[in-house]
Amino acid sequence: MSHELGAFVRRSAALVVQPRMGFATAGAMRAGLAAVRGAGLPAVGTITLDSYTRVGDHAAARRALDGGRPLNGFPIVAHGPAVTDAVLDGLAGPDFPVQVRHGSAVPGDIVRAMERSGLVNTEGGPVSYCLPYGRTPLAESVANWRRAADLLAARDEVCHVETFGGCLLGQLCPPALLVAVSVLEAVFFRQRGLRSLSLSYAQQTNAAQDLEALAALRSLATRLLPGVRWHIVLYTYMGVFPRSESGALRLIADSARLAVRGGAARIIVKTSAEAHRIPTVEENLRSLRLVHDTAAATGPGTGPVPDTGLAAEATALVEAVLSLDPDVGEALILAFRLGLLDVPYCLHADNAGRTRSVLDSRGRLRWASVGRLPLPRLASGARRVGAADLLRMLSAVERRYDHHHQPAPLTGAPTLVEGTQ
Amino acid sequence: MASVEGMEKPVAAQGKSRGRVLVSSVSSDSHTWNLVYLQLLIEELGFDVVALGACVPDALLVDACLHHDPDAVVLSTVNGHGALDGARVARVVRAIPALAALPMVIGGQLGVAGTADSALGTELLDAGFTAVYPAGSDPMRLAGFLSVLSEELPQKMLPEKVLA
Repeated sequence: MSHELGAFVRRSAALVVQPRMGFATAGAMRAGLAAVRGAGLPAVGTITLDSYTRVGDHAAARRALDGGRPLNGFPIVAHGPAVTDAVLDGLAGPDFPVQVRHGSAVPGDIVRAMERSGLVNTEGGPVSYCLPYGRTPLAESVANWRRAADLLAARDEVCHVETFGGCLLGQLCPPALLVAVSVLEAVFFRQRGLRSLSLSYAQQTNAAQDLEALAALRSLATRLLPGVRWHIVLYTYMGVFPRSESGALRLIADSARLAVRGGAARIIVKTSAEAHRIPTVEENLRSLRLVHDTAAATGPGTGPVPDTGLAAEATALVEAVLSLDPDVGEALILAFRLGLLDVPYCLHADNAGRTRSVLDSRGRLRWASVGRLPLPRLASGARRVGAADLLRMLSAVERRYDHHHQPAPLTGAPTLVEGTQ
Repeated sequence: MASVEGMEKPVAAQGKSRGRVLVSSVSSDSHTWNLVYLQLLIEELGFDVVALGACVPDALLVDACLHHDPDAVVLSTVNGHGALDGARVARVVRAIPALAALPMVIGGQLGVAGTADSALGTELLDAGFTAVYPAGSDPMRLAGFLSVLSEELPQKMLPEKVLA
């Protein structure tokens, strides 16, 4: 019977929960999966790969394993099929699908390693696994993801792919662009023959805006993915995380409520250790239970979400891109070249870098400059964003949850580097 | 007032630059918010910034150091591989005679174990870094470090290096 994630999610009446989890060694990886499977929750297991495997440097991953040096995930290619099979043996199954998450713009080796071990669920996208993740040219990423999607679509088992387009850099991206890229990547995968998909959206800075975004995502997916079985997957906040345990747990619980009210069928959680280090298995389990319990106590959304124009923006972006070329991959390449898609603060060489975003006084994400996006010009003109502004915006959610009900303090020494992903 | 594109524009275009700083990640780290922030901060301190972005291979960093001839190199990394990748690239850079004395610092989440990683600093200094700023360091320490460098520039550096 299939280990496919989409079918499992359809069978579950409750919100399906899933950790972000990856360990270097087979023993730790298997123990982590076994703990999630044994938690008594409707849960999907995660194998997050390490950064060396993501960039295709399997030799460096091998050296780190041989030297007993820590890695930030499971090096599936360096380990090889026998080790991966032993990790999965008796754990992965129809009642416990396992998904491979990696962030690679060069996913060929990873997809082939998945096939050798019977793994059918993964995540990615030609844009979202390229622009935020390094130096691979977008056109190469599109070509690589075409081949990877074709390999997955050609397998006998049904394979499930989740878009990462609803996250991109994790924070400070206006939600209309997140929705548009998530939908466009799903349309790309559909065009390559995949028929089981999920569309991601990452919790941002304002719950009402997030609900509006999830409604727009649902509406566009309904229209543009005929013949595909799909669901929406919400990511707990992917930006700078609260440092206090209580603040982190409040943010995680709010993401569970957002998932239920916004109609997501699955949620990928963070933990209270997020701001400090890679979490332990026990911290992951506590988080999964918190999200499950909070979701169970949350009623579905009531009535329509107030329309501030987010759906119209997302639709304009998607339609502009799809009109460029009948091949969605080519359309995506052209769209970035023309600046019709342009991710704020993204340093990738193929991103035009003409857009900027800001947080307004209500905590909503807004455009500060639309660059050449097919959106109305801003009446107020473009705004400059300095280092202090950027740091204040990046840490706004952290401050709100760490200092509950207090105005955001402007004092104190910010840390040298921020950002988790 | 600068435009929103001011981020990519060298400060020297608006006035006299205090020097040129190369900002980069290490080979396996894809995170960029740290790099975007540091570029803005260092530009606001009056330096020109050459930004190499994420996932910078060792050879590209070396080529950029030789080509741009920076007054300092700032490496920033948060994926937990900083100690491994940082120490390796520092040895590669230091092995090149022209770069043996180049001020080069690293900061960020240098290992996967949070505060338990404090011992990694010594390893990175031994590998050739001039300074190490573990997670939680005040960015003003970096500002201070760069200021000291720029004050030394007139004695130490050739004029064409000061004027970008």
